[in-house]
Amino acid sequence: MMASLIIWAVAWEIIGQMELSILLPPFSHIIIRLFEIVPTATFFNAFWITAKCFLIGTLIAIVVGIPLGVLMGRSMVADRMLLPWVNMFLSAPLTALVPVLMTLFGFGEKTIILTTVLFAVWIIMLDARAGVKNITPSLVEMTKSFQANFWQAFTKVYVWAALPEILAGIRLGCIRSVKGVIIGQLLVSVVGFGRLFELYSSNFLMEHMWALLFVIFFFAFLIAEGLGILERKFEYYAASRN
Amino acid sequence: MSSVSESVTKDALPIAVSVNGVTKIYPGGVEALNDMTIQFPKGELTSLLGPSGCGKTTLLKIIAGLLAPTSGNVTVNGQPVTGPGKERAFVFQDFALMPWASVLRNAAFGLELQGVPKSERNAIAEKHIEAVGLKGYESLFPHELSGGMRQRVGLARALAVNAEVLLMDEPFSAVDEQTRRKFQEDLLEVVADEEKTFIFVTHSIEEAVYVSQSIALLLPRPSRVSEIIRPDIRRDISPDAIRRDPVYLDIVERIWQSLRTYVE
Repeated sequence: MMASLIIWAVAWEIIGQMELSILLPPFSHIIIRLFEIVPTATFFNAFWITAKCFLIGTLIAIVVGIPLGVLMGRSMVADRMLLPWVNMFLSAPLTALVPVLMTLFGFGEKTIILTTVLFAVWIIMLDARAGVKNITPSLVEMTKSFQANFWQAFTKVYVWAALPEILAGIRLGCIRSVKGVIIGQLLVSVVGFGRLFELYSSNFLMEHMWALLFVIFFFAFLIAEGLGILERKFEYYAASRN
Repeated sequence: MSSVSESVTKDALPIAVSVNGVTKIYPGGVEALNDMTIQFPKGELTSLLGPSGCGKTTLLKIIAGLLAPTSGNVTVNGQPVTGPGKERAFVFQDFALMPWASVLRNAAFGLELQGVPKSERNAIAEKHIEAVGLKGYESLFPHELSGGMRQRVGLARALAVNAEVLLMDEPFSAVDEQTRRKFQEDLLEVVADEEKTFIFVTHSIEEAVYVSQSIALLLPRPSRVSEIIRPDIRRDISPDAIRRDPVYLDIVERIWQSLRTYVE
């Protein structure tokens, strides 16, 4: 994988040096620019806002999504009530909703956080629901036969039994969160990375633009990989559940 | 056949569990039980033995309160069953252990749900883990144990809540043959030591004859108790001698003759 990345970087450098398009500056220039931008206060500010919105938004999506998903998995009524919405929002072009959020919540962090939640929460719900539906029937019977009350069953058995799927949902949710937090900022375009993108693109600063994209892609990749490792740690008991 | 005494009413023993005219029709119209009446004497191990489709697991789950009968009722010590209860504990065919919890926590889980303080419930669970022969394995996780050891944890969990009635749903069917034999011998000791009523579902004739004081032979279509057999085999001889005992072999043969017409 490393080798292929190097080959593409070299190809990019060659095409960039040929100066075919203003959109494609040489790779080495982008890297130099990257080290130039990253230590600045403007960048740090934008990064801080993004990180904050991402963390708050993802946390809300997890805290809301897991209990609702588990409830959907255990209760037929909740499932019938919520599943159509979950499926609709999962496939809907959510970007189109961001302008609505902007008119409701203004051009600030609130809108960005809500966009993040909106992007992440549905897949977390759906995966938690699938996890709970996959619990071995005898484990549910065990919980009942030893007379667990609703709260005990929920916190001591169902959430744990569904943990592999819940973690997969959180990972996918985080990937969507990254999309949400960036798209939110791009559309709001007066705070964080959104403002920087706006600034760079309106001034045709392509090297800056690419450098910023690299940083964002790198962090998105890091988040997905980190959660992937965590998920694999719990896989051992996904296999031993049956 | 002199050693096999048949009696539907066992007036010598008090009744722990009584099933009165229970019918179970599953949604979709499948009739699993039809007007079943049977009594389980206190302090004995009674097997429910029969071919698949005779409703033995359904009956056990109704006694456990995990399924509601369509009509009829079940009483435990005279009290009608409306759901799972403290006086009954279940041992599952596929063990139903929590893979994320240690042997100790699994064995103590029934007590944990009852709100028994941690040190107290762990002490009780440790005692029962030792009784089922798993001392030293307390901190291991289920996936680190063999099938037979996992079921011992399931048995320890059921014993730990100190229920009067233990319901065992084909507990050894997912365990390999050698382990099963050892387990059956150990179960006899548990039955002798603990003054509890055991209801034991099995499809193995040899297992039923070997471990039971009483065998309820269930037959399908319509599901019914065909007869109650009390295999009065000698318990004072070694397990291997029992398995070669002509009385034991005769009872096995006789049950097989009753069942063979129902086996496709």
